[in-house]
Amino acid sequence: MLALIRRKMKFQREADPEWAEQISKAPGCDRVFSCIQCGTCSGTCPLSIYMDFTPRRIIALVREGFRTDALSCQTIWLCASCYSCTVHCPQNVHITDVMYSLKREAIKHKLYPSRFPIPVLAREFYEIVRRRGRNSEFWLVLRMAMKSNPLVLLTMAKTGWGLLRTGRMSLKSERITRIRELQNELADPQEVSR
Amino acid sequence: MTPEQAAKTSKGYLYFPGCSLRATGVAYEESLVELFRLLNIPLVELPDWNCCGATSYMCIDEGSAFLLSARNLSLAHTVNSRDLLAPCAACYLVLKKTQDYAAKHPKIRTQVEESLARGGLPPFDGVKVRHPLEMLYNDVGRDTLKSNVIRRWRGGRIACYYGCQAVRPYDEVDTAYNPMRMDELLQDVGAPTVDYALKTKCCGGSLTGTVHEVGVRLNYILLKEAARKGAEAIVTICPLCQFNLDAYQAEIRKATNEPIDMPILYFTQVLGYALGGDPKKLGLHRGISGRDLIKRWFPAHEEVEAYV
Amino acid sequence: MSERNGIVRIGVYVCHCGTNIAAIVDCKAVAEYAGGLYHVTVSRDYKYLCSDPGQELIRQDIRDHKLNRIVVASCSPHLHEHTFRTAAEGAGLNAFYVHMVNIREHNSWVHENREAATKKAQDMVRAAVRRVVFHQSLEKVRVPVHPDVLVVGGGIAGIHAALTLANAGKKVYLVERQPTIGGHMAMFDKTFPTLDCAACILTPKMSSVKAHPNITLWAHSDVTKVEGYVGNYKVEVARRPRYINEDLCSGCLECIEACVYKEPKFIDEFNMGLGKRKPIYIPFPQAVPQMPLIDIDTCIQFKSGKCKKTCVQACGDRHAIDFSQKEEIRNIEVGTIIMATGFKAFDARRTPYYGYGTYPNVYTSLEVERLVNASGPTAGDVVLRDGRKPKTVGIIHCVGSRDEGTNRWCSRVCCMYSLKLAHLLKEHTDAEIFNFYIDIRTPGKGFEEFYQRLLSEGVHFIRGRVAEVTDWALDPTEENKLVLRVEDTLLGTVRRIPVDMVVLSVGIEPHEDAQDVRRLFNFGCGSEGFFLERHPKLAPVSTFTDGIFVAGCCQGPKDIPDTVAQAGAAAAEALALIDTGFVEQEPNTAYVIEDECSGCKTCVPMCPYSAVYFNADTKRAGIHQVLCKGCGTCVAACPSGSIKQHLFEDDQIFEEIEGVLTYA
Repeated sequence: MLALIRRKMKFQREADPEWAEQISKAPGCDRVFSCIQCGTCSGTCPLSIYMDFTPRRIIALVREGFRTDALSCQTIWLCASCYSCTVHCPQNVHITDVMYSLKREAIKHKLYPSRFPIPVLAREFYEIVRRRGRNSEFWLVLRMAMKSNPLVLLTMAKTGWGLLRTGRMSLKSERITRIRELQNELADPQEVSR
Repeated sequence: MTPEQAAKTSKGYLYFPGCSLRATGVAYEESLVELFRLLNIPLVELPDWNCCGATSYMCIDEGSAFLLSARNLSLAHTVNSRDLLAPCAACYLVLKKTQDYAAKHPKIRTQVEESLARGGLPPFDGVKVRHPLEMLYNDVGRDTLKSNVIRRWRGGRIACYYGCQAVRPYDEVDTAYNPMRMDELLQDVGAPTVDYALKTKCCGGSLTGTVHEVGVRLNYILLKEAARKGAEAIVTICPLCQFNLDAYQAEIRKATNEPIDMPILYFTQVLGYALGGDPKKLGLHRGISGRDLIKRWFPAHEEVEAYV
Repeated sequence: MSERNGIVRIGVYVCHCGTNIAAIVDCKAVAEYAGGLYHVTVSRDYKYLCSDPGQELIRQDIRDHKLNRIVVASCSPHLHEHTFRTAAEGAGLNAFYVHMVNIREHNSWVHENREAATKKAQDMVRAAVRRVVFHQSLEKVRVPVHPDVLVVGGGIAGIHAALTLANAGKKVYLVERQPTIGGHMAMFDKTFPTLDCAACILTPKMSSVKAHPNITLWAHSDVTKVEGYVGNYKVEVARRPRYINEDLCSGCLECIEACVYKEPKFIDEFNMGLGKRKPIYIPFPQAVPQMPLIDIDTCIQFKSGKCKKTCVQACGDRHAIDFSQKEEIRNIEVGTIIMATGFKAFDARRTPYYGYGTYPNVYTSLEVERLVNASGPTAGDVVLRDGRKPKTVGIIHCVGSRDEGTNRWCSRVCCMYSLKLAHLLKEHTDAEIFNFYIDIRTPGKGFEEFYQRLLSEGVHFIRGRVAEVTDWALDPTEENKLVLRVEDTLLGTVRRIPVDMVVLSVGIEPHEDAQDVRRLFNFGCGSEGFFLERHPKLAPVSTFTDGIFVAGCCQGPKDIPDTVAQAGAAAAEALALIDTGFVEQEPNTAYVIEDECSGCKTCVPMCPYSAVYFNADTKRAGIHQVLCKGCGTCVAACPSGSIKQHLFEDDQIFEEIEGVLTYA
């Protein structure tokens, strides 16, 4: 019976107000403490209906400092960066930037949900561009699928055929000429916010 | 013409294709190039451009994200260009946001400039990031476009779909709430447009590849509402929007039993055809869905006729 | 120095203001420092100097130590200069030997470093000590107060203030921009939370205004010029033509009946465009003055000059219709002015995501007030613009309020009027009603009880700000509906709610010309445009300009009870001035040292208050002490330096500067 019943209680010792403060210092995140919890962000978000916490609740978690919940949820990865919340927010909270900031934290601390394809895609994208200077959609999708769930390749085969047939799938992976310089510029990435 | 020459002739534009226009969005580049040729405006590719970083880089490391984007701005700066055209909505936004955040946060600017200097590149200000929709609307103008139209519209009603990142959060391409510039340009070439409440809703971006069912459902909704409003085709200004709406219609038909088979076009294709462009050069053969309709609306052998 | 001013004995008092000052400034250290300054006899710090024991402390020291100068380092002189001057007078010292140093607004409230702030306070006190040595005994100037009052704005605030004053026997001019008085309240159906009929309680007061022998009512008029000062304002009022002679019109309204337009066909402003009117019209049946007016943009006679003028025929022998009427200018003198210019309802087109102006069945709350009103365009029948009766209604709160994109403030009345409209719509249509709110704010008498009543009536309350209103339908239940997408924040889920009618509860904002109006009258205004009260708690109806008072929503959003209370308070403040009969002016006036004046007349045209004159007999400039406001323009302009100003004498200012610059 106990397996069905879960204790839900937030203890103040789990809250990390300094972390909340730190998130609010990231570019674009300065207004998280102005949120009035009206829910406009969730209402306008095309993906909130799939999220484990609505965007409004993410803001609430952030400013109360409940770091683990905010970083290990699916919500931040479902955010497609459409900026609807950001332009609709009556308090000018740049929710998209908060989501980005949480994604970075989640990757840094390896708190994202395992085998969830979206962070895998982000990391593969990051690697491909780092190596070549440009992205290749074909290789990106292939690598992401291999690392999350290879079975999806089957469902993608049909789309791939459509693209191939219309000359829209490029198997060649482009590379910029001054890639060495770019890699040099990209060396030693730092986080701007801290 | 070299990029420097193009930048110096007041009419020429430097442009940043972005990765998508070299793969799934190849028809966008083809139609853009063809449209500019028809308008007699030189269009030159930014030399050695790199990926803008899209949304993924910002998820991992903001410093690198800003740097990737800034490198392109810096390259544009080296050829003394006033404008940099970014047809892909994601590229447009990322480039614009980099400039905006560098202006607002001196720390970002300093760090990016230091990194650029390591690769021997100059600072990145002074270049204005433009989207072709806004550029055609403001620089070329409705009157010029209208006066160049030589083919009459033979298609049906269309829904103009602006998507997200071109109109949000920056409002230079058009307003965030009810953008109308694409509607106006397409009406100018004779295409009737429908009221489309979802014109700025998100297509899900890369979600069709990651959380497939969710991404496809978003596109199903967009297609269905366009059809409900009487549109027979959707016209877009972003390669990812075009891809998402175009590529999964067969799957949607199978899952819903609804007879959705709708051409998904680029606004540059519609404008280019009206100006007498060759359908093949405009990439009109590259559509996956609604191919019959595309053939009917944009016949290749149609004699170019004066627009009445 | 001592010879000219006698033996100077200064008392310095440093106030803690609780922790307002003491938290940042070490008040004890400042007092100790001041104790060592030249001429300082007594120096103390104290928790609250403005308190009775604080004032008594100063008085006792004046008596015990024969102090003849007082420096108080505390808050702004705006707040307590009067207090400390009065305290000094109580101990027999001339009030102008008191000088204040503002170590709160100018110091503790704006600094963080305690050591530096304390040092700054010491510098400020040192400057004041050096200045006050040169202070002189001055007498206040008394000017009489004209007993008449101007009330600007004829809404419920202006009406109530005017009637209060008139009933007290004062003569009142009531100027209203619109063709009728009554303001927004006249448009309302019922009032919250008691649901008494707005017209039933308002129109008798409107009639009393017209009938009152002490009130001169000028509707359809604008104040165009204001000159003078407290007690003596000269005001110019432009009376726009109604094209009806007020003295001849009997208010029978037969002209309207007779108009060549058989049916009303022009947009009726009073009914928010939901009804129609003729070119000759009366805004609503109980309008005051009870008299029609002609709209020259739609009247055929004005447009083409070729009308049959059936209205003139109907008027017959009374000859009240006058197409040649011109604007009339009236000049009046009043002693006090009450500003009751009201508010503008937020323009819902500024929130395009709610579809106002796009979807016909999206209404503003003011439109719904007319729609449910028995004397409204549909006689209280709630029929939508597309002819349907609504079965479901969504009421969206906070439209144009609490929003950085439009207005930041809470408009205070929207929660309650939304509840009221929910109740009325339910009563009229039995529709299912959804309220979408961010927070429900019911802090008035009987307000929470009214909320409870609505809850028990089965009205839905969904906590969430609606993101968008669209006609986008996902399935057949949403076809031909307006769909609201909103997060139900209490459920933590996004909901889609299809409705037939959307009501936007628009907020209150200042009139577009609020800044022009306050410049015309020369008083303060917040950056958002609401008129600024002198003190948010203790002088809520006064402005920073003496003799001008504010009442109602022009000062900030408020409901009818608060507006009426404020109007009464403004009237009482005006009465207090009138019944005192005079005002004492600060003697910071400029004066001419005649022996040094060359009679060059440079100063005369510089004075913004026309206080400087040229005496042709003596060939010297002179200054009317009553008219001078102490701005100092003439002092600075005089090429020979022969104009001086009390309380801003050269030696006082130079000593103060020296004092602040001297390293201690």
